[in-house]
Amino acid sequence: MQAILVLEDGTIFKGYSFGASGESLGEVVFNTSMAGYQEIITDPSYKGQIVTMTYPLIGNYGINKEDVESRRPFLEGLVVKEYSKIASNWRKEQGLGEYLKENNILGIEGIDTRQLTLRIREQGSMKSILSTVDFDENSLMNKVKASRGLVGVDLVKEVTIPRKYTYTQIKDAKFKVVVLDCGVKYNILRELLRYKCNVTVLPAQATAKEILDIHPDGVLLSNGPGDPAAVGYVVKTVAALIGHVPIFGICLGHQMLGLALGGKTYKLKFGHHGANHPVKDLKTGKVYITSQNHGFCVDIDSLSKKDVQLTHVNLNDGTLEGLRHKKLPVFSVQFHPEAAPGPHDAEYLFAEFARLMQKSKKR
Amino acid sequence: MPKRTDIKKILIIGSGPIVIGQACEFDYSGTQACKVLKQEGYHIVLVNSNPATIMTDPGIADKTYIEPITVEVVEKIIAKEKPDALLPTLGGQTALNTTMGLAQKGVLKKYKVETIGADINAIKKGEDRQLFKAAMKKIGFSIIIRPSFTMGGAGGAIAYNIEEFKILAKRGLESSIISEILVEESVIGWKEFELEVMRDLKDNVVVICTIENFDPMGVHTGDSITVAPIQTLTNKEYQIMRNAAIACIREIGVSTGGSNIQFAIHPETGRMVVIEMNPRVSRSSALSSKATGFPIAKIAAKLAVGYTLDEIPNDITQLTPACFEPAIDYCVVKIPRFTFEKFALADSTLGISMKSVGEAMAIGRTFKEALQKGLRALELKKFGLESILFKDQEEVKIENDVLDKLYRKLRQPNAERIFYIGDAFRAKLDIEMIHDLTKIDRWFLHNIKEIIDCEREILNNKNDLPPELLKKAKEYGFSDKQLSQLLSLSEAEIYNLRKSLNIIPDFKLVDTCAAEFKAHTPYFYSTYE
Repeated sequence: MQAILVLEDGTIFKGYSFGASGESLGEVVFNTSMAGYQEIITDPSYKGQIVTMTYPLIGNYGINKEDVESRRPFLEGLVVKEYSKIASNWRKEQGLGEYLKENNILGIEGIDTRQLTLRIREQGSMKSILSTVDFDENSLMNKVKASRGLVGVDLVKEVTIPRKYTYTQIKDAKFKVVVLDCGVKYNILRELLRYKCNVTVLPAQATAKEILDIHPDGVLLSNGPGDPAAVGYVVKTVAALIGHVPIFGICLGHQMLGLALGGKTYKLKFGHHGANHPVKDLKTGKVYITSQNHGFCVDIDSLSKKDVQLTHVNLNDGTLEGLRHKKLPVFSVQFHPEAAPGPHDAEYLFAEFARLMQKSKKR
Repeated sequence: MPKRTDIKKILIIGSGPIVIGQACEFDYSGTQACKVLKQEGYHIVLVNSNPATIMTDPGIADKTYIEPITVEVVEKIIAKEKPDALLPTLGGQTALNTTMGLAQKGVLKKYKVETIGADINAIKKGEDRQLFKAAMKKIGFSIIIRPSFTMGGAGGAIAYNIEEFKILAKRGLESSIISEILVEESVIGWKEFELEVMRDLKDNVVVICTIENFDPMGVHTGDSITVAPIQTLTNKEYQIMRNAAIACIREIGVSTGGSNIQFAIHPETGRMVVIEMNPRVSRSSALSSKATGFPIAKIAAKLAVGYTLDEIPNDITQLTPACFEPAIDYCVVKIPRFTFEKFALADSTLGISMKSVGEAMAIGRTFKEALQKGLRALELKKFGLESILFKDQEEVKIENDVLDKLYRKLRQPNAERIFYIGDAFRAKLDIEMIHDLTKIDRWFLHNIKEIIDCEREILNNKNDLPPELLKKAKEYGFSDKQLSQLLSLSEAEIYNLRKSLNIIPDFKLVDTCAAEFKAHTPYFYSTYE
């Protein structure tokens, strides 16, 4: 079956469908990870986005039940050069195409993904449409133009869980942690379990009072999709939590913390989406290869006069990657210490969170 | 950390004569090292017995000794030159062994020569099988000594069943002077992988390239078709391997530079074992450099004199640092080149000792394209995955003796096995059957089947070739020559047909970053898209 991808700047790519049929709108971004398409597909942070894999051969090892990062895929579509008609791996349970169809996600193959990536690099992330039903270029273009895009849109409410749930209840738990779910990846929860945390997951709309009533030892602000400036209600909650409980923010969680501390955020030209981003820890000078997925960023200059210490910086473009409060047990990183997909280099940050909770508990 | 100023004169040992397993790769890495260290202002003394190398050209080093690479001769050179440091990791096994000899004889201590890149303990730990095994055990990895050592030394062999085992064990016991044999689980048929890893003095570690072998364990890596990056591992499985490789380079103690670590994975259970480690720049490093655009030997030399990865710019992007992991957006296939035709009595079956005399590397957007390009580049008068058994491809006749030969050629690894796999699909054998015979991963076999299916489609549409099919054939790496044979046309006719349909090659950049950043190095490959 034919499929077509039309970008906001008028560029057209034609290929073949390997996922669900239909039509979907989204911001087209590229991801440079060579493995890990399953984690990418199921990462709620991709809500509102059509993802292009720069590695050309996708689907090789199929899909398994263990490696999902959330309850279902949230991205708007997947763009690849060649979809593998065979899935070969001892853990595979089904093919990627079949999985996409089951979850009603569009997939297009036969695309010159390098050409598309160059386009995004030059023009920035763009609004786009993927279709297997409408091939009229004018009609598609009109739909792209009328679409909402990402800026100022609250996508968190579309991915957060409807009501609170308990992720773990273990006997030898050391800490009680509340995760504010703005689109949390399962591996964040798995990492907290590794550090013996009993985890309660709350919807993004939860108030500071609701959170503090649980008497957590720490609060984790999760990753999530879209524009941090569009989720003012969460930023308000975060601001009310600061000073009352240790806080660890990841990705969108970091951006919301940045805003709550008085900083500003802005949209990057084409974002960071990949598993090879070098990040320097400014305290130790060590470099970690990190997993990243964000289109927005905390302005490194907007926090200079606040009670904030800058802790991590991206070596590729010098953007802010981490911060910590000078006096309070509050810190956050822009990258993904939980990896999935990507290197485990920054896993030590969960230990750091545990250490902060331990220290606060003693007081 | 800035570069070291306490050392001024550095001795580099080359790899000597070209032999199987140690060819021009080490000239390439050594030359890069000489050039970059000279640029950094160090005085370079080079010893290499092979004058037919680039590194011994005038001007590459400050002083070049074309002398035998033996402990005795290098000792004399050290006595005369009094270098501050010795860089042993860029001249292959010869340089490492010579360095070990110099250390054991006390030469390095006597003349106060420091080894940079990897110290003597790290070389020992990485190279000595028992020490390596102990080190791996310490960090919780199982390691299986290579099949060549499964039963130790001269009596070593692989038993496929208990009867064979009894015979081989008896032979092994007889050939051992202490009547002892070491029996270990065989990893024959397991999936084989390699990681190229670099480390600096600040303990930053990055993986430059990941490689999956087409031929499973049992064929020497140098004789295997290999593919970059890894194709059939999920992110989770790959990260476990990456963590293991990093733990490995730290435990062995290679303080700066590159190492190559090999793994085997059981295809049904996923159990992973470490096979071996090269604590130096290796054959695979040269391949990895070309495959990713990341100059491993050059960076290794800079790391050896004290720079850290974040201080060295990436030559290709210029703006980003070398402290990262290359992302590639193409597929690389390396195919070994054999010359059994020149050695009439040599056994052309492949096993645990290396027999190839060279290799071709090809880049394509798909595995299929890269494989066919690579096969062409071998200069075997094959212009892609052509048939070796069937003269008339339109009518593939399968007689019993042909099938017997096919089964034999598939089961026993040999120099031409890739062509026999193609013929097996032409003879309508299915993926499962070929997988049973070869243990080659189904993903690779499926891709080869797609090439053969495309060939069949072309033959079926010989009289009226649809343009989309011609385009697909080019994307699958078919050469004009191959197509001319299939379609009974001249090469020029195919070329003109292509041009009239605007099916022309695209030239894409090798840029280390999958187009994320602007690249400044003109290194291209052709592809059809």
